[in-house]
Amino acid sequence: MTATTELKNIINEENVVYKKTSVLLDNEMHYCPGCTHGVIHKAIAEVIDDMDIQEKTIGVSPVGCSVLAYNYLDIDWQQAAHGRAPALATATSRLMPEKYVFTYQGDGDLASIGCAEIMHACNRGESIVVFFVNNAIYGMTGGQMAPTTLEGQVTATSPYGRDCQTTGFPMRISEMLAMLPGTRFVTRESAETPGAVRKLKKAIRKGFENTRENKGISFIEIVGTCSSGWKLSPVKSNEWMKENMFPYYPLGTLKDE
Amino acid sequence: MGDIRLMKGNEVIAEAAIRCGCDGYFGYPITPQSEVMETLMIRRPELETGMVVVQAESEVAAINMVYGGASCGKKVMTSSSSPGISLKAEGITYLAGAELPALIVNVVRGGPGLGTIQPAQSDYFQAVKGGGHGDYKLIVLAPASVQEMNDFVELSFDLAFKYLNPALILTDGVIGQMMEKVELSEFKPRWTEEEIIAKSGTWATTGKTADRERNISTSLDLDSAKQEIFNHKLQAKYRAMQENEVRFEKINCDDADYLFVAYGSSARICQKAIEIARKKGIKVGLLRPITLFPYPIKQIQEMLGQVKGILSVEMSAGQMVEDVRLAVNGKVPVEHYGRYGGIIPTPDEVVEALEQNFLGE
Amino acid sequence: MAKFIGAIVVDTEKCKGCGLCVVACPTKVIELARDVNGKGYHYAHMANAAACIGCSSCGLVCPDTVITVYRTKAS
Repeated sequence: MTATTELKNIINEENVVYKKTSVLLDNEMHYCPGCTHGVIHKAIAEVIDDMDIQEKTIGVSPVGCSVLAYNYLDIDWQQAAHGRAPALATATSRLMPEKYVFTYQGDGDLASIGCAEIMHACNRGESIVVFFVNNAIYGMTGGQMAPTTLEGQVTATSPYGRDCQTTGFPMRISEMLAMLPGTRFVTRESAETPGAVRKLKKAIRKGFENTRENKGISFIEIVGTCSSGWKLSPVKSNEWMKENMFPYYPLGTLKDE
Repeated sequence: MGDIRLMKGNEVIAEAAIRCGCDGYFGYPITPQSEVMETLMIRRPELETGMVVVQAESEVAAINMVYGGASCGKKVMTSSSSPGISLKAEGITYLAGAELPALIVNVVRGGPGLGTIQPAQSDYFQAVKGGGHGDYKLIVLAPASVQEMNDFVELSFDLAFKYLNPALILTDGVIGQMMEKVELSEFKPRWTEEEIIAKSGTWATTGKTADRERNISTSLDLDSAKQEIFNHKLQAKYRAMQENEVRFEKINCDDADYLFVAYGSSARICQKAIEIARKKGIKVGLLRPITLFPYPIKQIQEMLGQVKGILSVEMSAGQMVEDVRLAVNGKVPVEHYGRYGGIIPTPDEVVEALEQNFLGE
Repeated sequence: MAKFIGAIVVDTEKCKGCGLCVVACPTKVIELARDVNGKGYHYAHMANAAACIGCSSCGLVCPDTVITVYRTKAS
């Protein structure tokens, strides 16, 4: 058998082991090459598909790079004002308790302007899942300093490196929220390796399953990259993330009740 | 005949919401309207109709809860007072931009800033000209009695869903705090999920079923050409409101030589002023705009051949008077009389202002 | 002693050439092409097809979901 005919035999509908889920739309994503948002979107879509909850899932997108998340997942979406996604999700989940409601927020959206909304949604223990994508920078507006920007990290608004004496310290949001009685499941994940993506998908499934039981909020932080903002290639960004982000934002489950 | 009760205006807002099948109220305490949420918490509508009542962490969160609930095709509302409405302005323009129906109640107090907790009408511009950013309009209803506080809750929801646009009840601490006889509306059931899908299934985020495209509740369109087309659509909607939804009341206008234009509690004061003026032989009438947007422009213009002067009476430094002048367009003299900062004018003062401005006294 | 043989198909026009699949592949199957697609990206492709075991690692980490993975038992 020649190599070509062997390939033809393998590339056959019945041998498919991995393909795009139909919960993801065909629209090309606007994200930069290598952006973690794409992987997270896919992971969420695959879990929605696996759990067969497409008709019952409502997403709330933020302001920031993922404002257009509604162009990629084939579910009903609400697009929130900057930082306010947890408020929208609160009402949606209270008014339609049988639905699976999630917010998808970046670090500027959730950790800066939306601090009050996330804090109180967590404190009330709303039956929602929150995806918090922490890449330590404002992506959409062009790479400015975020509350999660690391000490010394160079951004457009900390061009000499973040000076914690004048700009405060990088905020560990998950640790803060895990202290609240209203949070049920708080975990910090990543998505840079196949193993990390599989683990992330498990966390997503757990989050959606928790919403059914009405016992508090599931908060899933995903440490990700922003190669455009960090001014590194996608592969180098992952290396930088492992070296610099993971020590300050350690991966793992902080709370699971 | 419905239930007849003696109730506070603010309490009636809450009761009317429960009775008209409202699905959710999201609020934050602020004087002079805190009784709205307090009444709801005492009434426990979640046990009676399933209505959800949430005390939010801020006015900002409350209006965004309204956005979330409205996106689901539910009848949702919030209430606040002036400084709180300023905080809600962002959420309100998002609601207008996403074409979502909702009810906002502003029990106005004196400003600017933290101002005072006493009644005022100084949020007229904020209500009818904008408040938030962008070219949008709210349907604005101005009750002048506790009865209208009851009636306008359901009317606001009807108009909000008819036009897919937020509606605002613009009232003040006088109407909100005073007790009057009120005939409460009959109870109406909340919409079922099937009814919501039948009514709003083309846009509401009720969960994407296989038989339709996904619904997206957003005010964003990065394509300027599309954004302009969308703005044309909004403007057409506002013109339709102007055409179809003007509401007003005329009192003693048939033989009037002079005209008061006043809304809400100022209109009540003007009614007494009319009695006093007519005893003095001054034939004055009142045109009371009930909708502040759309504004009764034609109805004011119809009086121009008849009256010699118009006095706009407001508890503000002169806001609505600008709309009166736009309608009148210089054809008869228009003056403003107002007290503000929480001071309520007396009927005698109003008559005196009419005499000073138009009767050379 | 590979028990499985695999192959991938890349939607080359949608690929943004980020190279994350290249790193993720445990058997070094994937490289970025010298050619570019319509958007100017050096798209991913199977440079060493015989080594593919159809493990889906590339598919899992691909941000643009442009990789379909096939796998069958070695004959």
